[in-house]
Amino acid sequence: PTPELKNQKNESIEKILIANRGEIACRIMRTAKRLGIQTVAVYSDADKHSLHVKSADEAVRIGPPPARLSYLDASSIIEAAIKTGAQAIHPGYGFLSESAAFAQLCEDKGFNFIGPPASAIRDMGDKSASKRIMGTAGVPLVPGYHGQEQDIELMKSEAEKIGYPILIKPTHGGGGKGMRIVHKPSEFVDSFLGAQREAAASFGIDTILLEKYITKPRHIEVQVFGDRLGNVIYLYERDCSVQRRHQKIIEEAPAPNINSDFRTHLGQAAVAAAKAVNYHNAGTVEFIVDTLSGQFYFMEMNTRLQVEHPVTEMVVNQDLVEWQIRVASGEPLPINQSQVPLSGHAFEARIYAENVPKGFLPATGVLHHYRPVQVSPEVRVETGVEQGDTVSMHYDPMIAKLVVRGEDRSAALTKMKDCLSKFQVAGLPTNIDFLSKLANHGAFRKGEVETHFIDRYKDDLFCNPSDPVLAQEAYHAAKHSASIVVACICQREHARVEKDIPGGLSLWYAYPPFRMHHCARRTMELEWDDEFNSGSKKLLKLFITHTLDGKYVIETEENSSPPLEIDVAHLSNLDFIVEVGGVSMKVSLAVYFKDHADYIHIWHSSLHHQFTRKMRLELFDDGDKQHKPAVESASHPPGTVVAPMAGLVVKVLAKDGEKVEEGQPIIVLEAMKMEHVVKAPTAGYVTGLQLTTGQQVFDGNVLFIIKDR
Amino acid sequence: SSLLGVLNNQAASIFGRSFCSGVLPDSIDRNSESFAHNSQAMEAIISQLQSNIHKVMEGGGADAVKRNRSRDKLLPRERIDRLIDPGSSFLELSQLAGHELYDEPLPSGGIVTGIGPVHGKVCMFVANDPTVKGGTYYPITVKKHLRAQEIAARCKLPCLYLVDSGGAFLPKQAEVFPDKENFGRIFYNQALMSSEGIPQIALVLGSCTAGGAYIPAMADESVMVKGNGTIFLAGPPLVKAATGEEVSAEDLGGATVHCKTSGVSDYFAQDEVHALAIGRNIIKNLHMAGNHNVSQHRTSDLKEPLYDINELRSIAPVDLKQSFDIRSVIARIADGSEFDEFKKLYGPTLVTGFARIYGQPVGIIGNNGILFNESALKGAHFIELCTQRNIPLVFLQNITGFMVGSKSEANGIAKSGAKMVMAVSCAKVPKITVVVGGSFGAGNYAMCGRAYSPDFMFFWPNARISVMGGAQAAGVLAQIEKANKKKAAVRWTKEDEENFKAGVTEAYEREGSAYYSTARLWDDGIIDPADTRKILGLCLSASMNRGPENTKFGVFRM
Repeated sequence: PTPELKNQKNESIEKILIANRGEIACRIMRTAKRLGIQTVAVYSDADKHSLHVKSADEAVRIGPPPARLSYLDASSIIEAAIKTGAQAIHPGYGFLSESAAFAQLCEDKGFNFIGPPASAIRDMGDKSASKRIMGTAGVPLVPGYHGQEQDIELMKSEAEKIGYPILIKPTHGGGGKGMRIVHKPSEFVDSFLGAQREAAASFGIDTILLEKYITKPRHIEVQVFGDRLGNVIYLYERDCSVQRRHQKIIEEAPAPNINSDFRTHLGQAAVAAAKAVNYHNAGTVEFIVDTLSGQFYFMEMNTRLQVEHPVTEMVVNQDLVEWQIRVASGEPLPINQSQVPLSGHAFEARIYAENVPKGFLPATGVLHHYRPVQVSPEVRVETGVEQGDTVSMHYDPMIAKLVVRGEDRSAALTKMKDCLSKFQVAGLPTNIDFLSKLANHGAFRKGEVETHFIDRYKDDLFCNPSDPVLAQEAYHAAKHSASIVVACICQREHARVEKDIPGGLSLWYAYPPFRMHHCARRTMELEWDDEFNSGSKKLLKLFITHTLDGKYVIETEENSSPPLEIDVAHLSNLDFIVEVGGVSMKVSLAVYFKDHADYIHIWHSSLHHQFTRKMRLELFDDGDKQHKPAVESASHPPGTVVAPMAGLVVKVLAKDGEKVEEGQPIIVLEAMKMEHVVKAPTAGYVTGLQLTTGQQVFDGNVLFIIKDR
Repeated sequence: SSLLGVLNNQAASIFGRSFCSGVLPDSIDRNSESFAHNSQAMEAIISQLQSNIHKVMEGGGADAVKRNRSRDKLLPRERIDRLIDPGSSFLELSQLAGHELYDEPLPSGGIVTGIGPVHGKVCMFVANDPTVKGGTYYPITVKKHLRAQEIAARCKLPCLYLVDSGGAFLPKQAEVFPDKENFGRIFYNQALMSSEGIPQIALVLGSCTAGGAYIPAMADESVMVKGNGTIFLAGPPLVKAATGEEVSAEDLGGATVHCKTSGVSDYFAQDEVHALAIGRNIIKNLHMAGNHNVSQHRTSDLKEPLYDINELRSIAPVDLKQSFDIRSVIARIADGSEFDEFKKLYGPTLVTGFARIYGQPVGIIGNNGILFNESALKGAHFIELCTQRNIPLVFLQNITGFMVGSKSEANGIAKSGAKMVMAVSCAKVPKITVVVGGSFGAGNYAMCGRAYSPDFMFFWPNARISVMGGAQAAGVLAQIEKANKKKAAVRWTKEDEENFKAGVTEAYEREGSAYYSTARLWDDGIIDPADTRKILGLCLSASMNRGPENTKFGVFRM
């Protein structure tokens, strides 16, 4: 580097290009704005109208939707920085944030890379190399094999040495991609090859390492921060144990149920780790804690600002993005280790577009209704989307991060539960209800977190169809909600019509509707997704009587419950005050139209229900096929296999007409860099298989049919 | 001119509302014995009425309803509820048609008729009830169907026929088939209305046999439901008898045949709900020229009456000999209880004046006693005034008749009455008659009785109608009978005379009741007095659907 470029490091930063998208881009811009620093957004064609583009002072298109042609295209990003005159580049997380080459390129082109030195990224990016360095620095390591030699027989014998269960994972990459747990030697080869393939597809490098698999582990990570002057401090730890598909969904700081000695040890180990690679800027050292032995081991270091950094910010009361910018400009850390405050407790819940019952598969769709909770100094909503945006398959399906702080863990948890129950998203499946269940779980309340938490308590967290009592309870709750829904819809219809109808006719629409000598009655049919009945729809038939004093009496078909008398006051388009059984409450609805049906969501008193209502009354087309719903999952012939999610076909493992065994893999799909193997549901012959590698499929597409002959 | 209009409106609101309007006083004595007595008596009458209504709402009984449901068919009122705009009102007519008319019960005359909006257009519905005698047409069924068409033609309302009928009820064919106002008139009306641009839409939701087949065939557009809907001139049994051909109902006249091959029907519906959806769409796509809607007042701008409209139930005396001030009724149906009385001091037994009902200007004519010369002249004058200004007329009937006696005759009461009858007959503005008490003699004529083609006519449940009161008729007939007996030299005791009178009174009592009237469609329904304002509003809205028409009077005998 020339002396000039070196000097530039100490120049103050006035314009930052954010080489990222979504919530993190927005979050970085917010701090930059507060500091009076201008921001430049980059965007792919898919993101032209997205929030991070709108939030920036300037925005530059960098390519088509696929990330490798846009957000991963280093040269386009550098070009954008040159074009806009930005002095610094913030990589956010994901994408190029942990690319040593990109960090190097930024430096070479004279841009201030807001992150660690390229060398540290390189050292920590190679899992095997990082473990070697950590071992030398005296940081405890999980027993394992980190060698370059990848011969399958050798790997297998190494596995025997470490002892099963064994964790297989790619040396490069992260986020659980390519990871496999192997319980017995006979499964080793298959898992090893799968991990290799996935690693190659995702990271381009297929080296694999082996580790002892810890049966009841916690995932605790330490936030570290270093400046260019060689100071490194730790900002305490986060517990990120609660994970699904090896990805975090609820994080908290500080970690529950650990003492301050342990905390200090962790922190010191993390600082040692960072110092060993001459780290500066924000980083996270991840440890695996064996809850049975109380031992902690180094896992990896994330050389970037993490998704869950806000929980740390909440408890140490600092803005880490500000720190990043200051440190990158050459300033020293604003405080030293003894000055780091720790007050209260914070949680982060990651709200994803995903299909919880289908094994948390990523979902795509339009955010027809999006109303996050009210923010406050104690409640943060980090989001990069707005109502009407599309969650596409190109990028991470995270919709928002809900971050709350309380004086202690219990206060914070109470707040999180409240916020989750009020966080309104409709249009695509989300994990909000699941997060609520998690947050309400007794073991979670006690802080008994571990990485297998979801699996361990799956009977409580997922609907157990064999429990008739719970199923009945859920059904009654749904019926109650449905009753409120229909009353609100009637009231809304009335309010709408009142506005639109010309004067002479308005009397026909006056409320309540007139009938000669009797009360007007109507029927509404809502379909409810019955989780207890493997996602099948249950038809709820509701009879609405408009009483003379303007209330609604709602009866259901079976007459199993007494009629509900409901009084509705319409506040605004989707907000109501509903009085039922002497209690009045706030009710919010979301209504959108999709696939020939109205989708109706309701939020009230910590409950959320979703219904659909077929709108045949306004629709028809010609021919004998008319009025059959466009999406009709139940109508597929037996043996039909549909795509569980939108994605790309990466492998076709069987030929059309081939005889296959039950459970035999037929197709490998990939979405969000995640492989999903589609297997034969029964033994038989594959028919109708017409997919080729590289082909795009959508959620619900028929992939093939298994027939007896 | 629009500026002038605005100024005029302002002037009207300043002068009309604040200075000149007559807000009617609250003249009811709620503590009086008669108030208490009337409320009590009316309560009993209304609860009887509601129980009668409740019975007819059940259609042809539980078994028939069950059979209907098993065929995926809705009941006629449910069909209408799904056709009209969600949450809108429906003005059902003549619910008690056929009440105790035949040996067997015929709930609502086997057909449901009424008015409601579809996509913002007020429509007339005529729906067969297949649970009542298979939806076949009794004489009263025909009459009710024709009456609905008459209202539709008068108000220019698009007609929706929900057809599910076995055609004419054969045992009574002589009263159903041959005459002018019989079955054939239905199709005649369809043809004429269609020619006038009043849309005729048929939804074939069930069978549609013989003459009934012409309802969809004569319609502008028709819809058929797969499986349930059939149209044929002769059903499979008759075809077999006539030609020996054996064919299923579906193959003979099902939706596929008629939508694909014969062209008798236009839209193929998968099921009933689908058919109703298509029906709504047809109305949505009507682009009717000249849908005049004169009143442009919003409900929210309106002033409700100052006094409790439920008190209408306590005002009307069940004993019609008791008089009451018709203004206490007007005070409960007019916007803001405002009534600007015309010729208040002249001919005071007839109350005339201007008011608004749900914003719609109306001229109200109500009885406050016997019609005298002056009252009749005043009535004729007021009607002429309203026709000049295209103001609809509301008649509140409580009339025992014109004044009789030598003085009256010498004053030319017949001539004065004739003037009012001439005015009523020729007035082309919407006319709505509510019988709130008695409707006797020529008073019925002058006050726009059934023969004077009011757009709508309703009875309060306490109301009575006959050529004269039962007691008077008994007196007259007894005198004649006595004379006859005398001529024939037959002994007629006082007791015989009392028995004779009792017989006549009893017959008048029965035949004069609102039920007797409504069963025969002498009116469009018995209404709850408390609903009067609402119903008048709906009727005005429906009848103002047509544009203004010029009135031309005949020769007034001066």
